[in-house]
Amino acid sequence: MKEQHLSKKDVEHVAWLAHIELSEEEKELFTEQFNDILDYFKKIDEIDTEGIEPTYHVLDLQNVTRKDEILPSLSTEEALKMAPKTQKKFFKAPRIV
Amino acid sequence: MSQLHELTAQQTIQKIKDNEVSAQECVEAVFGQIHKFEDKINAYVTLVEKQALTKAKEIDKKISEGKPVGKLAGVSIAIKDAICTQGITTTCSSRMLENFVPPYNAEVIDRIKQADGIIIGKTNMDEFAMGSSTETSYFGPTLNPWDTSRVPGGSSGGSAACIATDEAVLSLGTDTGGSIRCPASYCSVVGLKPTYGLVSRYGLIAYANSLEQIGPMSKDVYDGALFLSIIAGHDQKDGTSVNEPIKDYTQYLKNDVKKLKIGVPKEFLGEGTNPDVKKHVWDAVHKLEELGAVYEETSLPTLEQALATYYIVAMSEASSNLARFDGLRYGYRVDKDEADWATVYSQNRKTGFGAEVRRRIILGTYALSAGYYNKYYLKALKVRTLIRKNFEEAYKKFDVLVGPTMPFPPFKIGEKIEDPLQLYMSDVDTVSANLAGLPAISVPCGFTQGLPVGLQILAPHLREDLVLQVAYTFEQNTDYNKIKPEL
Repeated sequence: MKEQHLSKKDVEHVAWLAHIELSEEEKELFTEQFNDILDYFKKIDEIDTEGIEPTYHVLDLQNVTRKDEILPSLSTEEALKMAPKTQKKFFKAPRIV
Repeated sequence: MSQLHELTAQQTIQKIKDNEVSAQECVEAVFGQIHKFEDKINAYVTLVEKQALTKAKEIDKKISEGKPVGKLAGVSIAIKDAICTQGITTTCSSRMLENFVPPYNAEVIDRIKQADGIIIGKTNMDEFAMGSSTETSYFGPTLNPWDTSRVPGGSSGGSAACIATDEAVLSLGTDTGGSIRCPASYCSVVGLKPTYGLVSRYGLIAYANSLEQIGPMSKDVYDGALFLSIIAGHDQKDGTSVNEPIKDYTQYLKNDVKKLKIGVPKEFLGEGTNPDVKKHVWDAVHKLEELGAVYEETSLPTLEQALATYYIVAMSEASSNLARFDGLRYGYRVDKDEADWATVYSQNRKTGFGAEVRRRIILGTYALSAGYYNKYYLKALKVRTLIRKNFEEAYKKFDVLVGPTMPFPPFKIGEKIEDPLQLYMSDVDTVSANLAGLPAISVPCGFTQGLPVGLQILAPHLREDLVLQVAYTFEQNTDYNKIKPEL
């Protein structure tokens, strides 16, 4: 029997967390698809991982740091060039509250 | 004699060097193919013909003046549209980045330019590299040159199709769960996913950064080795870059597999594998045996969990990486000044992203959310450790592992797109190389009903020399890569 991992309400909530608006049809469709996919993800439960370290980097690289030196970077004009909306030397954002 | 557009990179470079042809003639020949076939296959999102010809003329001038030129002088190169090119639109095949012109080059692009390679355009792909069929592109699907009713594989579908039709001599793809090898297999070209960290990811638009690598796609193995030699090497701008000495990979191309030990994991030939694909892979193994290699069937039991592990890791990382697309500093923005920040942000992402991208971001957000982090993401990372160890054990016994690249031949456009889980299943043989960070290549190994089959060869970390040597030997003793699609 297929398990119900997520309800339509859960999908609405996670989509809100992810800042992605969904249409009503998509909420229905995604709920069904997510349940299929999460059911498949149960496959990893077949493996006992007690005491196993997670892999964050496959080659076990150590942290990489460099000196804090100022290097050439984009000019204000270049940084703003691709912005859909700007005002003077700033990105123009929608109101926060 | 071959026509100019049919030449490999190696042949092109030699002919230009010998003054037999000019770089300009070579680039013109490739654009001739593009103008002939682009309407039929849609491999490109952006073309830069004028820039490419200007660059070709510069190279010809240098040669005529006796000045030195780079190792890729005069070679027409197509770039997957996920890799930033200064001054050339880089869309990731998404509406979100439809008008994005990067102010800088990816490290691989700088390296190509230093080697006098000629960038001719940006290739079509699955949106944000999420897919196995190039059907999710905002700019329409790329079609398979062997049968235009079928997918070219994904997500580097454009980068593979343009090589198959001689619409480019070399191309760059990216491989997160098989996105170089899958389209290489489906279009019958060579595609190499390097060891994680060998090629800089600086300037690659990130999807799942612990898995993805940029790699070469080419007409033959020699060209793949040559191209890798140019793009590989440490880059301090990428914190995950490996500090290894730069190698000339063409030096390792020996037509010899004597006494090489090959493992054939049974999990790569599981029940979902098409019988014809199985037959071609076994024929390939027997061919290598005939050439002196020894093989043995083996088992890597954790491969059964690789697909689920891959998708959990990839979606989680995608949800984090794609959070930057808010439509404020660049990218798509809805025209709603009166709305508040959260509404504008959510609507930018609703309209800017296609369905598969939204699916993965939302599911990834779920897998990383409080209460589910341990169950999905952390658990997947632990399984990933076991998959790595499983490979390490196998490589104590075998030099390389082989199997099919794709479990079945190219499928029809539209056949799997409505059912994401079905589509994910097609990545079953490729994802483990990404989880373990291993180098893996796909080389043409046959045809079933006119559709290509690819052989996948995997080796331990940083043993690109081995995958290339086995692939080269196989290629030298078979003719599959010489067969061209008839469009």
